[in-house]
Amino acid sequence: MIDNIDLTLVDWSRAQFALTAIYHWLFVPLTLGLSFILAIMETIYYKTGKEEWKRITRFWMTLFGINFAIGVATGIILEFEFGTNWSNYSWFVGDIFGAPLAIEGILAFFLESTFVAVMFFGWNKVSKKFHLISTWLVAIGGSLSAVWILVANAWMQNPVGMIFNPETARNEMVDFWAILFNQVAVDKFLHTISSSFLLASMFVLSISSWFLIRKREMFLAKRSILIAGVFGLLSSLMAAYTGDESARTISEVQPVKFAAMEALYDGKSNAGLVAIGLLKDSEKMIGEKSVKDFIFKIEIPDLLSVLTAGDKDGYVQGINDHVSGNENKGIMSVSDKKLRGQYASDILLDFKNGKMNYSSEQLDSINSIFRDKNFQKDYFRYFGYSSINNPEDVIPNVPITFYSFHLMVMLGFLFILIFAMALYFLFKGKISENKWFLWIALLSMPLPYIASELGWILTEVGRQPWIIQDLMPVSKAVSNISSGSVITTFILFAVLFTVLLISEVSIMVRQIKTGPKH
Amino acid sequence: MTGFFQLLTRLFRFYYDGFGNMPVWGRKVWIIIIIKLFIMFAILKLFFFPDFLKKNYDNDKQRSEYVLDQLINSPDNHD
Repeated sequence: MIDNIDLTLVDWSRAQFALTAIYHWLFVPLTLGLSFILAIMETIYYKTGKEEWKRITRFWMTLFGINFAIGVATGIILEFEFGTNWSNYSWFVGDIFGAPLAIEGILAFFLESTFVAVMFFGWNKVSKKFHLISTWLVAIGGSLSAVWILVANAWMQNPVGMIFNPETARNEMVDFWAILFNQVAVDKFLHTISSSFLLASMFVLSISSWFLIRKREMFLAKRSILIAGVFGLLSSLMAAYTGDESARTISEVQPVKFAAMEALYDGKSNAGLVAIGLLKDSEKMIGEKSVKDFIFKIEIPDLLSVLTAGDKDGYVQGINDHVSGNENKGIMSVSDKKLRGQYASDILLDFKNGKMNYSSEQLDSINSIFRDKNFQKDYFRYFGYSSINNPEDVIPNVPITFYSFHLMVMLGFLFILIFAMALYFLFKGKISENKWFLWIALLSMPLPYIASELGWILTEVGRQPWIIQDLMPVSKAVSNISSGSVITTFILFAVLFTVLLISEVSIMVRQIKTGPKH
Repeated sequence: MTGFFQLLTRLFRFYYDGFGNMPVWGRKVWIIIIIKLFIMFAILKLFFFPDFLKKNYDNDKQRSEYVLDQLINSPDNHD
């Protein structure tokens, strides 16, 4: 039974998934973003017919190819883990997770085996137009492929469009469009795509800056900075906008995560937005968890209320509102949700036990309860709370959630500044003279990677203790396997991915040093 | 049929020439891809990542029974 599953197993399984997802995400955003930059560059070549643009496109295409090849299939390991380490979860989510992942797999396979091949092998073999179309299809297809993964993840943050079947113990999709256009999925897709565009733009800007520092490939570097600067500036502005939209949606569907992002324990009106802050443990406790307090903070008055409620007098919910409940604001306590979840759990138990001695009419009658909309809305949506032991268990790790969010946002503003400065110096014709800026641009290459990973850490750590929001806690999702085997595969993955990463970086550095073909 | 075979031949030549004329970096990444896929599917998947429910239960009915047991917070565990 679930009680036999120790925390070590849950923690190692989480650590293993985090490790593989973080490594996988080192490859994906560059593929997503750089493919669009290639498509733009090749379009300029197609329109102008200038060979320099073909050379520029082919140089960046080489780096794209290295990243694409090393990263390809690294995501499949996550699917291995679903079946082995997260079997209860995999079974429970049913076709909701399976369908989007299958579409993603088929789409990725066809794209990779056809249009990527045309991109690399097709120069001078297919028409210019067909080659350009192939490059655009790789770019668009890559993003479409990302849609399905993000839809699946968004469903875990905000489960919609399904009913639970007690007979099979699985959720069944009843509204595909509700799942596809889940507000969390839309926000997540736009934010992920824009941040990937931004990351690739910084990659191009950084390497081009290195060429300028070394006084090599000046034409290629300046033209590349022009494309990366414009694309990067637009993308970073879009990332800021979609990030704001995303935070607003989180405040509605995952209010505890949102409160943790701001380390807001007591809900209030006229809530200020913490721009910068440092947290410490205070003496106050919520159950067995200590409340975090600010050592110092710089706060913009009323802004959090304005951004979430659209009004400076708007009330922003705090962690305590959800742990203890707030009748005045119509917020249910964890204890109340637990009672409702337990009611749903008891009905499920009745159904399970009744399989042996109930008539088929009696079983149908219980089964129909799960299809009842009011039961779903008032009871089953709190099903996961039946497994929550203490009210404070619904509070995620506040410091990790707070810092990952704030660091990501700060880096986001820095990127806007860097791209704007790159364009300013380029148009003034002074980019090569400002070595200090070129060095900043070069050293900034890892920052979008850090910001992107922080975004995922915020998404996943801030959602704890849930693997599926309010329906399934992580502790119920893991398979009852030995933690020793999870530790072994954790180490294997760490070694495998590190070798892959070192290979990618070394091959890429060599190609950058070699430069484009003349 | 002739047209179809011509198309197949052209496709084959396209990939054959593409792989044949691959630059050094391309050959290196292909070696890495093959080693990576071998490790993932022939070692990791086969020896370390069996499907837990398929391995331990014979049919979907048993699997759903098991998962139900895991999901339900029985009255014994009520606070």
